[in-house]
Formats: sequence, structure tokens, C-alpha cells
Amino acid sequence: MAELFGLLFTSLIVNNVVLTQFLGMCPFMGVSKKRSSALGMGIAVIFVIVVAAFVTYALYYLVLVPLHLEFMDLITFILVIASLVQLTEMFIKKTSPALYKSLGVYLPLITTNCVVLNVCLVNIQNGYDIGHMIMYSIGTPLGFALVLFIFSTIREKLEISDVPEFFKGNAIALICAAIMSMAFSAFAGVI
Amino acid sequence: MNRFENFKNGLIKENPVFSLFLGICSTLAITTSVDNAIGMGLAVICVLVLSNCIISLIRNITPDEIHIPVYIVVIATLVKIIQMVIEAYAPSLNTSLGVFIPLIVVNCIILGRAEAFACDHNVLDSALDGIGMGLGYFIAVFVMSFIREVLSTGGFQITNMFNPDQIFLKLTIIPEDFTISMFSSPVGAFLTFAVLAAFVSWYKDRQAKKEEAAAKEGK
Repeated sequence: MAELFGLLFTSLIVNNVVLTQFLGMCPFMGVSKKRSSALGMGIAVIFVIVVAAFVTYALYYLVLVPLHLEFMDLITFILVIASLVQLTEMFIKKTSPALYKSLGVYLPLITTNCVVLNVCLVNIQNGYDIGHMIMYSIGTPLGFALVLFIFSTIREKLEISDVPEFFKGNAIALICAAIMSMAFSAFAGVI
Repeated sequence: MNRFENFKNGLIKENPVFSLFLGICSTLAITTSVDNAIGMGLAVICVLVLSNCIISLIRNITPDEIHIPVYIVVIATLVKIIQMVIEAYAPSLNTSLGVFIPLIVVNCIILGRAEAFACDHNVLDSALDGIGMGLGYFIAVFVMSFIREVLSTGGFQITNMFNPDQIFLKLTIIPEDFTISMFSSPVGAFLTFAVLAAFVSWYKDRQAKKEEAAAKEGK
């Protein structure tokens, strides 16, 4: 049990998917300008990853392995993810048009969010059993959402601060990300 | 715009990484050594050129409503082929790049170019665009990995990716006592990227001002 929670904590904070593995950088830079859209994006990504991880895990072990079609993994996974994202998009459009607007183009782009595909692939590559798979698939997107939210609060402050001309926008945001990553690397000693 | 212009655009002015901010996940992650960057850069060029060609070939028979899934399947197939080739012929590269080879599927540059260029241009133009953008990515990862490897280990080396024992070039620039090991960690990746992005934005601004001045003189 302790090992399972260790994996949850590791994937959530120590090996944070954005700050140590650089996955999901596009939405991390793109939708972190406002706190509310960062929160919405975080929740959408958590939903997509958890469902996608379960579906692809089941598909891989119940369909692809018995049929000896393991080499089709990439194509199957990406199709599952693309259709799930479409579903989420329809759902958000219906329930919260305001959020739909603020997420803009980044919502369909969850399809090409590397975090989603990464979680599905790592689950298979590391040969996780169901317990580990669940912990990893929950910890990773939670870590993504957490960092995205913290980063959006920093960027709201950045908006009103005095920044050298050519560092305006993404460059200064990346420097903040570097400092955040420094802070998170201190967790490496915990486990 | 003539063909050469198109091709040149991808290199600096519309560099996919530093000025369009596409495909930065892999740029940050695999630039710990020059070797990795070269391997990754070549893989991306291959996938990008092939996917641009295929998508431009099928652009007239792809129904509009489902074009994204079609493109994704084309790209995923190509990436899987490249991954198998790398696994078979360059196993050491495969271990050091790890999950980032399959993740080329979700590299925004490739889908982005399919969407923005290949879907309404002919095959030759699309292939050239693929080469230009691919080279832009290649240069970006090469420069980043060069800076990071030199600062963190003091030098750099280029090995034959199909035979790791054969070293083409090995140079030490900074004495061992003065290296900054932080640059091989994520922190260094973010910092290097930030500074290079600021540099590109400075360069673009200077270029724009020059053109403005030239236009004024012309009048």
C-alpha cells in the first residue's frame, strides 16, 4: 500500500510531469494567463487522462495482446484519445459555454497534449499492474493541474510587473518556470 | 511567395520552436546532449517531410469533417515506422530518447504544418516546407543541446548513432572545474530556452526595424 502511495506522490510532485519531464508545455504556456481558464483546463485534462488511461490499458491487454497486434499501440491510443477529447469538448460546450470560450483552441489541442499519450504509453512500457496504473494515471494529471494553477497565479502578477522588452511574454514565463522547477527539484530528496 | 522564401522562413523568422513555440516539450527534454538532439532532429525531419507529402497527396480525397483524425492516423503510422527503424538500427539512441520517440506523434509542429500548409499546397511545396520547418527544429534542438552540454559537461561529442563506439568528434572547451552541472537539469533547460527565445525576439525586432528604415529610404 505504502508503495502505491509512494508512486502517487512521485508522479504528482517529485517527477512532476511539466517541471521535470517537460510534457504538456503547450497548454502550460498557452492557457496559464488566467486563473479560471487554468483551472478549467486542469480539470478537463484530469478527466481525459483518467478515462484515456483506463480505456487504452483495457484495449491493450484485452484486444491488442491476444491478437498479437502490439505494434498498433500508438495508432489505437491516439484514436481513443482523439475521440475522448471530442466528447469532452462537446460536454464542456453544453455545460459551460464561458469556459469553452476561454479555453479556445487549447481544448481540441488536448489531443496533442503529450501528457495524455505519455501516461498511456508509460502504463504499458513499465508493465504496471492495475493498482499502479490507477495511481500513476491519477497522480500525473493532478500534478499537471496543480502546477498549471500555481503558474497561472504567477503569470497574473507578471502581467503588471516591469519586464525587459524582449523578455516580455513567453520568455519571462519560462524563467519563472525554471525557478518553479528549481523549487520542485528539492522534493527529489523526499522519496 | 517563391519556393525558396518558403523554405527559408522556417529557419529563423518563423522558427517553429523559438518564435512559434511549437514542439517545445521535446525540445526541452531531449537537449541534454548533442547526440540526442541530432537523432531526434533527424527523426522529426523524416516524419515531417513524409507526413507533409502524404497529407498533400490525399488532401483532395479527405472529407473535411474528419480531416484531423485522418492526419493523426497518417502521422502515427509514420512515427511507428520510424520508431521501429530506430529500435532496430540505433538501439542506444532508442534508450536515451525513450518515450519521446513515440511522442513525436503529438509534436505540434507536425500536425500544425499539416493543418496550416500541406492541406492546401501541392506535394513539392509541402515537401520543401517540411524540410524547412524540420531544419528549423533541427537547428533549434542542436543549438540548445550544444549550449547545455558545453555548460554542464565542459565539452561535447558527436558519435555515430548506429554504432556508439565510433566517435566522430570530441571537444572540451571549458575546464572541468568551471562547469555548471545545473544546465543538464530541467532548470537549465528552461533557462536556456528563455534566453534563446528572448534572443530570437530581439533579432526579429531588429530585422523589422531595418526593413522599416529601408522602406523609408526607398520613398
